[in-house]
Amino acid sequence: MLENEIITTKNVHLYYGQKEALKGINLNFKEKGIHALIGPSGCGKSTYLRTLNRMNDMIDNVKITGDIQLNGQDVYDEKMDLVELRTRVGMVFQQPNPFPFSIYDNVTYGLKMAGVKDKNILDEAVETSLKKAAIWDEVKDDLKKNALALSGGQQQRICIARLLANSPEVILLDEPTSALDPISTDKVEEMLLTLKDDYTCIMVTHNMQQASRISDTTSFFLDGNLIESDTTKTMFLNPKEKQTIDYLSGKFG
Amino acid sequence: MKDEIQARILKKSKESYQEVWGKSLVIFCTLLICMLVISIFVFITSKGLATFFENHASLKNFFTQSTWNPNMSDKNGKPLVGALPMILGSFGVTLLAALIVTPFAIGTALFMTELSSKKVRNFLQMVIELLVGIPSVVYGFIGLNVVVPFIRNHFGGSGYGILAGATVLFVMTLPTVTSLTVDALKAVPKHYRQASLALGATQWQTMYHVTLRSASSGIYTAIIFGMARAFGEALAVQMVIGNASLLPTSLLTPASTLTSVLTMGIGNTVMGTVGNNALWSLALVLLLMSLFFNVCVRMIGRKDK
Repeated sequence: MLENEIITTKNVHLYYGQKEALKGINLNFKEKGIHALIGPSGCGKSTYLRTLNRMNDMIDNVKITGDIQLNGQDVYDEKMDLVELRTRVGMVFQQPNPFPFSIYDNVTYGLKMAGVKDKNILDEAVETSLKKAAIWDEVKDDLKKNALALSGGQQQRICIARLLANSPEVILLDEPTSALDPISTDKVEEMLLTLKDDYTCIMVTHNMQQASRISDTTSFFLDGNLIESDTTKTMFLNPKEKQTIDYLSGKFG
Repeated sequence: MKDEIQARILKKSKESYQEVWGKSLVIFCTLLICMLVISIFVFITSKGLATFFENHASLKNFFTQSTWNPNMSDKNGKPLVGALPMILGSFGVTLLAALIVTPFAIGTALFMTELSSKKVRNFLQMVIELLVGIPSVVYGFIGLNVVVPFIRNHFGGSGYGILAGATVLFVMTLPTVTSLTVDALKAVPKHYRQASLALGATQWQTMYHVTLRSASSGIYTAIIFGMARAFGEALAVQMVIGNASLLPTSLLTPASTLTSVLTMGIGNTVMGTVGNNALWSLALVLLLMSLFFNVCVRMIGRKDK
């Protein structure tokens, strides 16, 4: 394991009942930066993402084998505390999913659940998180407003702010912009570019242009296999595998 | 040729006749139901108000006095229709039952929607549906033979009273409130729970801070429906409440409710007399209360949007 690799996965298999959805994935992520996972629908990229903070645990009939480590710590260790894991590895979903509460209550949720009661700390966390998520200027005058009253793009940035308040190390993003219009997508992408210096972002995306625009490394999944993984530049300019070339040139998708 | 086509287009087809027929049938049914509701309202209102207009009972006494003896008159010559004991009795059993039923219903519903496996959930669903199906006279009978002696032996008094009534109503409203709460919890989108868990909240925190909070208006509605049911229940309550139109001084002394006085009195009065009109006044209060419950449910529903 290299010094600056924050997540390492070795020979990860995942079964939904009899169906093998991940067929032995070996993939490591360096600290900081944006790492894109691309591939056609059903290739296992989202499933893989969800193994990293154990969100698959909730689905019945799932079996996972292999080795997944966060900072050298086995994520699937029996003693692993899910609360601790998920505050360190946060997740943003495809559909913006703010709670039907005020913006303030949304952003402070994670901290409150962790037992933080001091109003000064909460207030400060709200401001810094919303600023980092590039939405502070749009909502600062009305933090009591119901988050559901915001636009889709704003909701997604609230969700990211909500997660940043937990001070995670890794942010998992599961197609964070596929439900958004181009302008909102732009804003979310810009924001992610400012986050990548402080956080490790792992992003599943359907959108190859998005991967090429903002990611530092790209990994291509197909049929439950990892076909190729490299820096984004190499992947898009000089892919090695034929399947990668075919997918990137739009021969299938 | 052209005329022929024109004639065929302009002639009404069989389907368009069916359309008119179908529409009229539906409108007729709706009008009939509306007529029914309106006539019930008008009838009960006119009958219920007759006590005050024809028999000159005082409206103030109706709500504040505690002597219920419609066939007798007080010193001013006004019939003795003090409904306060029944009104208090009705509210007493209803509120007490709601107070007991709420935590149990929410607990059961949370278990069913958030924790139990599908098999257990289906089984519980069946049990709840079964509870709804038991006739109220059976509940009353059980109340009379089990609850009343239990209260008599453990809390003292005769056993009859508001506590016994509320206990029976608790069991009777539990299935209604539970299944409506289950519906409310099921309506909370899965992604709220997912988001909460992904933020490092435990399952219990998620249930308490997200699921229950998001479903709160649905749960209020469930409780109000349960209260409406409790307020209107007659037979089972009448069997265990003791039927004494006295101001309830404790939960253990015999009392009466609007419905129990109604069921007891219906057979013993003659249409058009003061005694009969006084019962209609009680019915009017019941009607207005159920209207009030309905309005509450509406208001909560509107706030939700």
